[in-house]
Amino acid sequence: MVDFGGWDMPVAYGSQIEEHHAVRNAAGVFDVSHMCVVDLIGARARELLSRLLANDVARLKEAGSALYSCMLNEHGGVIDDLIAYYLADEHFRLVVNAATRDKDLAWIGSHATNVDVRLLVRRDLAMLAVQGPLARERTALQMSSEAASAAMALQPFFGTQIGDWFVARTGYTGEDGFEIMLPAGDAGKLWWGLNAAGVRSCGLGARDTLRLEAGMNLYGNDMDEATNPLESGLAWTVAFAPTQRDFIGRAALQAIRARGSEHKRVGLVLDERAVLRSHQRVIVSGVGEGEVTSGTFSPTLSRSIGLARVPAATGSSVQVEVRGRLLPALTVRPPFVRHGRPVIHRQS
Amino acid sequence: MSKIPEDLKYTRSHEWLKSMPDGSIEIGISDHAQEALGDLVFVELPEVGRSLAAGETCAVVESVKAASDIYAPVAATVIAINAQLAEAPELINQDPYGRGWIMRLKPTAQGDDSALLSAHDYQVLAAEA
Repeated sequence: MVDFGGWDMPVAYGSQIEEHHAVRNAAGVFDVSHMCVVDLIGARARELLSRLLANDVARLKEAGSALYSCMLNEHGGVIDDLIAYYLADEHFRLVVNAATRDKDLAWIGSHATNVDVRLLVRRDLAMLAVQGPLARERTALQMSSEAASAAMALQPFFGTQIGDWFVARTGYTGEDGFEIMLPAGDAGKLWWGLNAAGVRSCGLGARDTLRLEAGMNLYGNDMDEATNPLESGLAWTVAFAPTQRDFIGRAALQAIRARGSEHKRVGLVLDERAVLRSHQRVIVSGVGEGEVTSGTFSPTLSRSIGLARVPAATGSSVQVEVRGRLLPALTVRPPFVRHGRPVIHRQS
Repeated sequence: MSKIPEDLKYTRSHEWLKSMPDGSIEIGISDHAQEALGDLVFVELPEVGRSLAAGETCAVVESVKAASDIYAPVAATVIAINAQLAEAPELINQDPYGRGWIMRLKPTAQGDDSALLSAHDYQVLAAEA
């Protein structure tokens, strides 16, 4: 067990690597109740998010649709990354990180009062993520037939309220699946029901190797308030258009974009039998230095992979200082694995 | 509760030592250590014939979580290594005192083994960790 943002969480229930493979090949369930669910309620909730989020909530047109976004400070630094759900015109839902919860709530709250939006932290909800190619059908077995058909009808990146449960087709593994927010008292029964249906219990360790293979950033490792989305592989989440939308951090990001980012994010693949770890030094011959922001052993690729922040002029290969040795690594464009299959895009 | 066989000696850095009939010693890492490290993915072994000073780093076991050095418990020469670990590091997780052995050493002199721990003392150490 480890302390994670104030929550006691298991790194693994058994073998972390077997848990990883279960998600890639069948299905696994993660208790992600540490994630903070906060509802924004008020006529001007959309306007508030339009100001707070670097991605554009105007993209949320249909009820139930979800949007991944960074929340930035005035300097373009990343306060947190989150998912926003559009539930109804006066009701949006955010899922934010556990470790950043207090500062997020303070930041959102300080802007919410101006527009009369109420924040409701949903401590009453637990959250289970069921992920893998068989995750949806095995989860559906735990529901009434009516609920199951509603859940199975969900398109990717949509969620819907089904009775007391909010079921979303989202995740953090690069596999299909659901994230289910439900009354905390119901979570145990669902968990054990899933286990009985062959869905494996998975801990934080597998969650990390799965998200890294999927090329997804981890807040606090791969970006934070000292870095901006443009140098963190998250430019795709920043909606500069329409130009009249005045989100917090826009001016700073536009200035950075105009002069060109000094850094960029790359994926790294190591051939040597060693493991990339965060904070290892990356040496780019003739260019400069960078840093591994996340590194691990990829169970799918049977070698080490990582994410790194490197000088913008970095080419197709670098060296990483691993336990006193300089090892060659290939730079690639994440993801490393998509829907169970290796995908390595060489960086040109 | 991790297993701590009575007939082995242990180090503070979580290696175990088994005295072999021919005077050599076999070493590996304890059940407690493999549990703490989690799934092992790489094992770096020394060359057979290498001489080691007491306390010298002689191997590395690396898990998904962390890399950990293995130290020579006494001054010795490496006389055998468990080459299977190169392809199957998980043997250490599955059977840390058996098929997951790491190497055999021939002590260079009648070594001072007073720093080694009995199973009981190691149990106390592991419980504190």
